[in-house]
Amino acid sequence: MAEFTLPKNSVLTEGKTFKASAGATHVRRFEVYRWDPDTDENPRIDSYELDMDSCGPMVLDAILKIKNEIDSTLTFRRSCREGVCGSCAMTINGKNTLACTKAIDSYPDTIKIFPLPHMQVIKDLVPDMTHFYAQYASIKPWIETQTPAPADSERLQSKEDREKLDGLYDCVLCACCSTSCPSYWWNSERYLGPAVLLQAYRWLVDSRDENTGARLDDLEDPFKLYRCHTIMNCTDTCPKGLNPAKAIAETKKLLLQRQQG
Amino acid sequence: MHYRSALARVHGLGSAKSGTSHWWMQRVTAVALIPLSFIIIHFINTCFETNFQQISEWFASPLNSASMIAWIIAVFYHSALGLQVVIEDYVAHEGSKIILIWSCNLFFSFLALLASVAVFRIILIG
Repeated sequence: MAEFTLPKNSVLTEGKTFKASAGATHVRRFEVYRWDPDTDENPRIDSYELDMDSCGPMVLDAILKIKNEIDSTLTFRRSCREGVCGSCAMTINGKNTLACTKAIDSYPDTIKIFPLPHMQVIKDLVPDMTHFYAQYASIKPWIETQTPAPADSERLQSKEDREKLDGLYDCVLCACCSTSCPSYWWNSERYLGPAVLLQAYRWLVDSRDENTGARLDDLEDPFKLYRCHTIMNCTDTCPKGLNPAKAIAETKKLLLQRQQG
Repeated sequence: MHYRSALARVHGLGSAKSGTSHWWMQRVTAVALIPLSFIIIHFINTCFETNFQQISEWFASPLNSASMIAWIIAVFYHSALGLQVVIEDYVAHEGSKIILIWSCNLFFSFLALLASVAVFRIILIG
């Protein structure tokens, strides 16, 4: 059955509080999920008070400040700090997003930071993405053709066909959408989730690909695809402003067109 | 400890190559139920203020009786499809899932049969 309560060893406890320095005038409070696999302790919430006068504007800047100046044990992923790599995906005040593109000022009061929901936690804000990446690999995210590429040029695509990939190729696979989806929470073993289905659709509509039918065959499954119940959390939370729910709906339309058209 | 690769676990038993008809019929029956339900609401409302004789006469109209049969088929088919989705969502154990889904299917099929027999009984016997 689906689990609706946390197991005992996942129940949150109150952690340490790190006060801001005495002279700080512009203080913001950050509550951060902490869990260390090397201890038997339950996860805890540590509180950090930061002086905003010496902190960058983004939530990632605050996390980096904590790591660099207050608590070097805090573990998280980050790389590009400009919303391109998707590494710093986490739950900030209840919504999955990229810490690097969210301004601290866009949140009132205390900022609560958790790892992406319903994923195994490796440590602190780092979720285990192994299954997610395997799901991505399973949809064969590369061009499949029988026709050899032209000898002296690339495979051509009309401007109109290229435009069909807009809003699809931009996905950075941060997993914010998939981990915001209740269907993915309950059935992630079999449901591919919005991020992977958006990528699957990206190859379905690529005019250069020659394997559309087989791709649809692989997707036509009550669990892989049809666990999507149009909840729309994916589209609501996508930090890149993409619309995975629409990509999934278009995939369903292609399947219907194949069957009934 | 399991030693299967993450990709092998994701592929599992592969695609069931089904689901589109289920998804589509859920929508078709939902749309069909909009007009049909208005007729049934009107019928139920009539039941409150009339006697059995007049109800029999109402069923004598082919449009009315056909609407009732169509509603019975659509509503129980839609219920079975919908409940199957709920079971698939929340029941992870494969055996329990299959037993529950087929219990639902048989239950709703029986209800549809029962309701249809009742309608035909009124039409034919009065």
